[in-house]
Amino acid sequence: MSDQRIFMNFDVTADSHNLAAYRDRGGYQAFEKALREQTPDDIQAEVDASGLRGRGGAGFPTGMKWSFVNKQAPVVYLCCNADEGEPGTFKDRWIFEHNPHQLIEGILLASYALRVRHAFVYIRGEFDLPLRRLREALQEAYDANLVGENVLDTDFSSDIIVHRGAGAYVCGEESSLLTSLEGFKAYPRNKPPFPAVKGLYQKPTIINNVETLATVPWIMTHGGAEYAKIGTEWNSGTRIFGISGHVNNPGLFEKEAGYSLKEIIFEDAGGIRGGKSLKAVIPGGSSTPILKADEIDTITLDAENLQKHGSMVGSGGVIVIGEGTCMVRLLQVLTRFYAHESCGQCTPCREGSALMNAIISRIIAGKGRSEDVERLEKTTKGIMGKTVCALGDAAAMPVQSFITKFRDEFDYFVEHGRSINDGRLEI
Amino acid sequence: MTTCMTEKFDRLRKVYPEEMTSSLVLPLLQLMQEEKGHLTESDAVFIAEYLDVPKIQVKEALTWYSMLYRQSVGKHVVKVCRNIACSLNGAERVLEHIEKKLGIKAGETTSDEKFTLLTVECLASCGTAPMMQIDDTYYENLTEDSIDKVLEALS
Repeated sequence: MSDQRIFMNFDVTADSHNLAAYRDRGGYQAFEKALREQTPDDIQAEVDASGLRGRGGAGFPTGMKWSFVNKQAPVVYLCCNADEGEPGTFKDRWIFEHNPHQLIEGILLASYALRVRHAFVYIRGEFDLPLRRLREALQEAYDANLVGENVLDTDFSSDIIVHRGAGAYVCGEESSLLTSLEGFKAYPRNKPPFPAVKGLYQKPTIINNVETLATVPWIMTHGGAEYAKIGTEWNSGTRIFGISGHVNNPGLFEKEAGYSLKEIIFEDAGGIRGGKSLKAVIPGGSSTPILKADEIDTITLDAENLQKHGSMVGSGGVIVIGEGTCMVRLLQVLTRFYAHESCGQCTPCREGSALMNAIISRIIAGKGRSEDVERLEKTTKGIMGKTVCALGDAAAMPVQSFITKFRDEFDYFVEHGRSINDGRLEI
Repeated sequence: MTTCMTEKFDRLRKVYPEEMTSSLVLPLLQLMQEEKGHLTESDAVFIAEYLDVPKIQVKEALTWYSMLYRQSVGKHVVKVCRNIACSLNGAERVLEHIEKKLGIKAGETTSDEKFTLLTVECLASCGTAPMMQIDDTYYENLTEDSIDKVLEALS
């Protein structure tokens, strides 16, 4: 296993986030070199060679996404998706707070590669320190003529505009983000056409996650082939995994893709609190199917392996659940969330997410009916694959996996009107 | 007030490319809320007329985004995360403690209009759960003691 770090490769100090510190670490050299010596196609070629996949959750190959843009188009937009809202995920925040210039350099390289004049950072409305750090860093970059008109006296001009969200989870879905950025309530759009063909204001638009874009400077410094050496064959590079829940030492750990799930829980995050045993893991943000403790022995944190085990690597948010937790009440936390965040556009998701939450709430109130678990199962099938965006699937998958893997707890709750685990969420 | 607000609108407008007028709906609503505390339908109409976009577009945005307030809120807005990582680390206990401390339930405002208490969904502090946000500031790894200190300092 390589211990290469692309993000967490410096000591965080009071000013390690500023421009001078970033330059001391070699920052903006890749961008300067690209502007003076390389063509946009050179950047595309390196990103292609790197095998980089999107870090927002879907894992789409970044180079391929970029290649869908018509290079002759008069206007191309770039949006950095910083609407980090998938429960269990808190990595993009770290990049803004501690290494904002690496993101800005990534946006600049992508802008140069894709011939973008205006790039946007769509950042969560709730973010405070991340927003301030981004704005300070952008000001430094503008003052140093790294952004703006005729960057570093070349004919490349670029503006980066910070756009704040206003509390909607669905805006992390890329087409919803565009609708929001156009000033509307943010209903997602049907695809095709994909945003790379018709996106913001119907112009070709690339939307990439924060971590994805912030990886590009490393790729341009060391080469795509070097990046492809890290990780697994199909999942190159490192990822910033966030470990939360019932562990002794929660936090962010940058690891090679394909790192052992067991090791990250029991070594890096210090194992389960109070010496208790592991009950379950949600491996890639709240939308990804849950795994039982006895399933995780051979699991590695990469897309193929997790797919083989019926889950997903998603956004890298590993949520750890210890023995003694009530899975029925825990699922209600999620159904309430998805019911709240369903945007209201598609009937299966709007009605289905509310219905699932109502059924689970009824079970918890001690008024469960014998057919309730079957009704939950049926409702998930009525949602999955039948909505414009992935939020419907995201709402249904946790329900499906919880009731399949912890069926006895649901049956017990319905039959006895109470939790077999005393309704505990904390252990 | 209108002139002053329009001047601020004009400044923000310069940040966006000219063809993106419609993109200003959310930034202007946010700016207005910072000035006024909460927003009404006539504020939405004011923005629609300023931008020359359909009134229904701004009204819909106002009612759809959870961070836009349509009722008056207290001087400080306390938002307690109740999503999965915080729940596993005592979000219910935290909420109950704050409710007791402030003497109100989630969704309510204290009679002296100092605090509004809200529950919110994941704010990306899962590694430092449980957490709350008061106004803009995040407070993480909460304990009963740390909550008391923060609330007392603000009251």
